[in-house]
Amino acid sequence: MTFVAKPRVHHPLLPTNEIGLTRRDYEGLVSTLCAGCGHDSVSAAIVQACAELAIPPHLFAKVSGIGCSSKTPSYFLGNSHGFNSVHGRMPSVATGANLANRELYCIGVSGDGDSASIGIGQFAHIVRRRINMLYIVDNNGTYGLTKGQFSATNDKGSTSKKGVPNLYEPIDLVSMALQIGASFVARSFSGDKTQLVPLIKAGLLHRGFAFIDVISPCVAFNNHNGSTKSYDYLRTRGASVVTADFIAAGEEITADYAPGEVETVHMPDGSQLRLRKLDTSYDPHNRAHALEHVLEAQQEGEVVTGLLYVDPDASDCHEILDTVETPLNALGEEELCPGSDALERINASFR
Amino acid sequence: MKATDIRDPSYFHKVVDCQWACPAHTPVPEYIRLIAEERYTEAFMINWESNVFPGILGRTCDRPCEPACRRVRTEEKPVAICRLKRVAADHKGDIGPYLPTVPKRKNGKRIAMLGAGPASLAVARDLLPFGYEIDMFDRDPAGGGMMRSQIPAFRLPADVLEEEVDIILDMGVNARFGYEITSMKDMLDMDYDAYFVGTGAPRGRDLDLPGRQEVDAHISIGIDWLSSVAFGHTTSISGKVIVMGGGNTAMDCCRTSKRVGAESVTVVVRSAFEVMKASEWEKEEAMDENIPIVNNRPPKEFVHENGKLKGVVFECVTPVRDESSGRLRYVPTGEPDVYMECDHILMAIGQENHCPWIERDIGLEFDKWDCPVLDEVTLQSTHPKVFFGGDSAFGPENIIWASAHAHQAAISIHLLCQGKDLKADRPPEGVNLISQKMGVHEWSYDAEHDPAKRFIVPHAEKRRALGNIKVEVELGFDRALGFKEAQRCLNCDVQTVFTEGLCIECDACVDICPMDCITFTSNGEETDLRERLTAPADNAEQDLYVSQTLPTGRVMVKDEDVCLHCGLCAERCPTAAWDMQKSVVHIPQLGTYSG
Repeated sequence: MTFVAKPRVHHPLLPTNEIGLTRRDYEGLVSTLCAGCGHDSVSAAIVQACAELAIPPHLFAKVSGIGCSSKTPSYFLGNSHGFNSVHGRMPSVATGANLANRELYCIGVSGDGDSASIGIGQFAHIVRRRINMLYIVDNNGTYGLTKGQFSATNDKGSTSKKGVPNLYEPIDLVSMALQIGASFVARSFSGDKTQLVPLIKAGLLHRGFAFIDVISPCVAFNNHNGSTKSYDYLRTRGASVVTADFIAAGEEITADYAPGEVETVHMPDGSQLRLRKLDTSYDPHNRAHALEHVLEAQQEGEVVTGLLYVDPDASDCHEILDTVETPLNALGEEELCPGSDALERINASFR
Repeated sequence: MKATDIRDPSYFHKVVDCQWACPAHTPVPEYIRLIAEERYTEAFMINWESNVFPGILGRTCDRPCEPACRRVRTEEKPVAICRLKRVAADHKGDIGPYLPTVPKRKNGKRIAMLGAGPASLAVARDLLPFGYEIDMFDRDPAGGGMMRSQIPAFRLPADVLEEEVDIILDMGVNARFGYEITSMKDMLDMDYDAYFVGTGAPRGRDLDLPGRQEVDAHISIGIDWLSSVAFGHTTSISGKVIVMGGGNTAMDCCRTSKRVGAESVTVVVRSAFEVMKASEWEKEEAMDENIPIVNNRPPKEFVHENGKLKGVVFECVTPVRDESSGRLRYVPTGEPDVYMECDHILMAIGQENHCPWIERDIGLEFDKWDCPVLDEVTLQSTHPKVFFGGDSAFGPENIIWASAHAHQAAISIHLLCQGKDLKADRPPEGVNLISQKMGVHEWSYDAEHDPAKRFIVPHAEKRRALGNIKVEVELGFDRALGFKEAQRCLNCDVQTVFTEGLCIECDACVDICPMDCITFTSNGEETDLRERLTAPADNAEQDLYVSQTLPTGRVMVKDEDVCLHCGLCAERCPTAAWDMQKSVVHIPQLGTYSG
């Protein structure tokens, strides 16, 4: 934790985006997490992604539960809407927020404890309901805030800082998300912003439920030799299968790709996602194939990263429920409360 | 790029831009911190050790440090370094206990100082604690040289000057003032062990234009006139005065004229306003006293009637930038010449070395500009016993250069008297790095960035200032303002030191750095690397700090250019791979090493 606030002064050549803001305008308060926490890098990646997308900060809604991860919304997008909710109950709040105002970009930040333990029920259901949001799990495999007990995502056989091995099977949130119907599933590493930032941008613009499991090392309790969620482990055993280059709407495409190497996914706002398969046999549009690959790699002790599955044509909760196009806060009193005659008619229709 | 060698004394010295730019390499951030702690005496002594005349320089220095200040590059005005120096001098306590002791028993070597200006005084100060016997000759009745004769009292009060000159004279200088040196040969016959020539650049330039001879009685050479005012020989000037020239002497001449009775004063400069030699603040203060500065007007002719000056005819030109050389060229505008009435002209168009008293057949060579042929490092002339420093060495500079030359000359004289080699036995520069970490989140320096703008220094009431030449215009910062201004210093001498072996490449430093100085990337050539950093590093004058290769095959690259030295990288580093360490640069000086 730091007592010195980050000075407002910035590099004289810091670029501004299309709406005249710099990256610094997307920052939040200075982090109170441990120095070197992977979560801070995730926050920095969110800041960079949002600045590059040039979305006005007040159009974001950031929601979180409880835990180190769930503190982080204070540390990015200082000028947006935020709700730090109850442990494991971020999905409920996110659902409400998204149903009430569908024009906001909803970012949920949770942790392995918040999503895979106390909140696993809520997690499963927000996935299947396809809430239009970006759901990020800062996954460090440990309960850092309570001094380093194994979390539910900690791999069996991985050891604690003192060398005690974990006896239980891990919950893999990526596999769960794939199985229950998420239409955008990715895994990344807090120490690799070149991979993470485009994924966050794509996840924000994806219509439907976008899930990113970010392995984010806990420097205080889970960054040792016996850990499978340490900086070193990810750097030696992390394997990217599909990288996603994000190309904003109207941006000139300058990169050179070998033919057949790249597949373009068109995003709802006109931007493009260029998927580069590093493993040519991998198919990021086949849910079963993706799941199989993830499970196989897990057996080998490898951590598969990249955009693992995407369905650009998926529907979201608003489409499923056929909700009104206008955000609720923009509707008038008559539309929101059409009176007892209308209620009578609705009730009559069920008789 | 190769990994940076931070043990090279010049690497971190360059990061301390002010100290690097100062000819005497005064450790500026160190004394500014002491001012913030209200330890004025210690702050004064740090200055005294390296630049010798803190109170004088705190009022008159040319301030090469200020344009170099990092704060300029973070899009602001520099720290008021010069005025802070004055704060130290104005508020200091008894410096007596800190002064070096001068041995009663001399070492048997006699050194002659020719001239009693800043250069000679500083050499004397360096040599006296080593037991040298110093004889100092000057034609003026008192010591101080141009500091006394050419800087008017409203910029440098006599008591400030005398205090700092006397500190040195009281160390045991045998002052031979009022002594006109007429022959170097005679001086050499006196058989001193070494000679230091610090006689300045005492000849003011003149202009040979039509009418010059006829109006001789109404033209004064600027520095001579200032000197005559300083010693009380001239107490007034009357009528309309034109000052010709655009340097600091011209500014001193016009402001002095205004104070001793001129009806009107106008400064006329041959060149454009932007390229005038005078310091920015000197120009501002002259204009603030309602003295017009007329630019792009080269003089053509002195107009006279019956031997009396009537005025000057000036040509009208305009500056044009020469594409190839980038220099300004002046071309006539075609407008008719301008005639300006005047009764007196002060000529301040430059000054030059002039040593007519040095015979040219005694083995002491001069170059085609009439400057002595010197070794740039040792300041030794072609006569092994004779050394030069200050303006008499390489032409007119300023006081701070005199101090810088003096330290080098003193080392040379000391080596010469010990029979050592002036170059091979010269002490090397060195650097110490000392961690400033005091606790988990505590640093020994005030790391937090202060966004305050440069504070304005209070001035004496204008009417009072213009009415009396002895009233000092700038009043200096009081303690409270001095503290506030001191807090603006970025502590550039507290360095970000990186230890590769400890880094886990977590990116925490990259994320927290407010100025985007830090990048982890694959290595490359410098030009290539500069383009690939988090923020563009297009100021090639500022170094890149490159680490050894890290476990991921990348290197850490830090652009030193706009680093605030706020310590957040070290604060957010989980493994203390970053540490804030004070770099103490050891600039060799007599007395700071055992020679």
